[in-house]
Amino acid sequence: MLSKAGLGIGRPQGSSGRPRTLAGAFGSPLRVAKLVVFCLLALPMALLGVDVWREVAQPGSAFGPDPTEEVLHYLGQWGIRILLLTLAVSPASRLLRKPQLVRFRRMMGLWAFSYIALHFAVYLLSKAGNPFELILKDTLYKVSFAVVGFYALVMLIPLAITSTRRWQRRLGPGWRKLHRLVYPAAFAAWVHLLWLSKGDFMDPLIYGLVLALLFAERIVFRIRKERRAAAANAG
Amino acid sequence: MLIKPAADIRPSEITPESVYRSRRRFMRESGTLAAGAATLVGTSAVGLPAEWLAAREVKPGEPIGEQMTSESDATSYNNFYEFGTDKGDPAKYAHELTVDPWTVKVTGQVEKPGKIGLEDMLSGIDLEERIYRLRCVEAWSMVIPWIGFPVKKLIDKFQPTSDAKYVEFKTLHRPSEMRGQRSFFSSIDWPYVEGLRMDEANHPLAIFAVGMYGKLLPNQNGAPIRLVVPWKYGFKSIKSIVEIRLTKLQPKNTWNVLQPTEYGFYANVNPNVDHPRWSQASERRFPTTLFKPNRIATRMFNGYDEVASLYKGLDLTRYY
Repeated sequence: MLSKAGLGIGRPQGSSGRPRTLAGAFGSPLRVAKLVVFCLLALPMALLGVDVWREVAQPGSAFGPDPTEEVLHYLGQWGIRILLLTLAVSPASRLLRKPQLVRFRRMMGLWAFSYIALHFAVYLLSKAGNPFELILKDTLYKVSFAVVGFYALVMLIPLAITSTRRWQRRLGPGWRKLHRLVYPAAFAAWVHLLWLSKGDFMDPLIYGLVLALLFAERIVFRIRKERRAAAANAG
Repeated sequence: MLIKPAADIRPSEITPESVYRSRRRFMRESGTLAAGAATLVGTSAVGLPAEWLAAREVKPGEPIGEQMTSESDATSYNNFYEFGTDKGDPAKYAHELTVDPWTVKVTGQVEKPGKIGLEDMLSGIDLEERIYRLRCVEAWSMVIPWIGFPVKKLIDKFQPTSDAKYVEFKTLHRPSEMRGQRSFFSSIDWPYVEGLRMDEANHPLAIFAVGMYGKLLPNQNGAPIRLVVPWKYGFKSIKSIVEIRLTKLQPKNTWNVLQPTEYGFYANVNPNVDHPRWSQASERRFPTTLFKPNRIATRMFNGYDEVASLYKGLDLTRYY
């Protein structure tokens, strides 16, 4: 389902009306670009897959003494990176005046969600052997960075589910409103990272700066839009 | 201050005959191991001459019935923020540190303060192997065979005064060779400082280590001399010590200064007092595998019940 949505294969083609075949898919530059972006976003996952394979073949060979934790951090890191990248699409399309960039957003968002969901699955795995109540204690009601991360994931779930065109149509203007959940989700993901940092704040500072810039661009964009609207009304 | 009578030595601390018998063999083996390590690391990376440990008699440690962490894991997965915050950073960058020559300054409430070279300091001190659990505050643990000697033996050389209530330890501060100390993003106020109460330092379990796995300490593990306090979280076991100060007042240890709600002065391993951000009830015992995190229950004082008497009447929830 993910790869279909990501590659944009098997969806109605809008006005183009080209045949929905793979050959057709490679026909347009946009399709090629989409495939390239898809592969780039899949690359960290593929590399992880190779390491996991090496690790399974020979335990201790790929990740050092604490493989689960390594995989957990790797997935979390890529999750937040791709999430921020997804949030950068709209500002980039405005600044570069390339509205077609928005066509990459769904695929990127779904990849971010995939990394983050897998990150959570590995977290549960890392708690294996613990009584279930401990998982509950850690993730649900204990004051801990895990809780904030969990909230970020929970907010992203409806976005992933409603990412299809069908849901977009079904929800109408509500879709846009719903998908604003990505802002608190990204913020929660950042707090999660900041909260678990210890002694060294390079990552949260860099990601925080990026997040702040992306938020600032949106605020500026909104203010300008309102001003333009006000000017148009006055005129 | 009460000085404990010698009767405190537990039967388990007395070397069994079988161990005694294997002592000569162990010495031969550790000698060859140390020599092998020296050729790998190169003489500049070791704090003491390579032959030094080989020439010393080391009393073998008692097995604790738990699987020992592999040497490669214990020397490649380290928290030593002086070289970077990633677990692999110390192994990558600690070779940049020169540990020869090395002197330790002993000051404060002692009759005979002074600076002393490592080799002089260790002359006349018997070395022994101690197989200890190491429980990190981050909820992972290892089992490591250290080579060292009781902290008390060194401190007594300098004759503490009656005002000596605490011992403060300092790590080397040398940004030119410790890249973590040059990091712009580090929130730590170097040098790293740790401390113990005098009775804790005098406890026979508290040791200074100069070696591990039959060899001299690798730089990433705190060469050439480090503290090992097995009943406390790992951050108490300060590495690459250059200064020991005996004080009247409780030292301000680095992590406590940085984050007082999360890291106390005592830092005793305690499954009942959680870190504000995670549970301390269990730990990941290395090595773990991808699908088996090897989670085990954390024990009070890391299983070293003999230290419990040090904390009688102390509220360990408050003094964490």
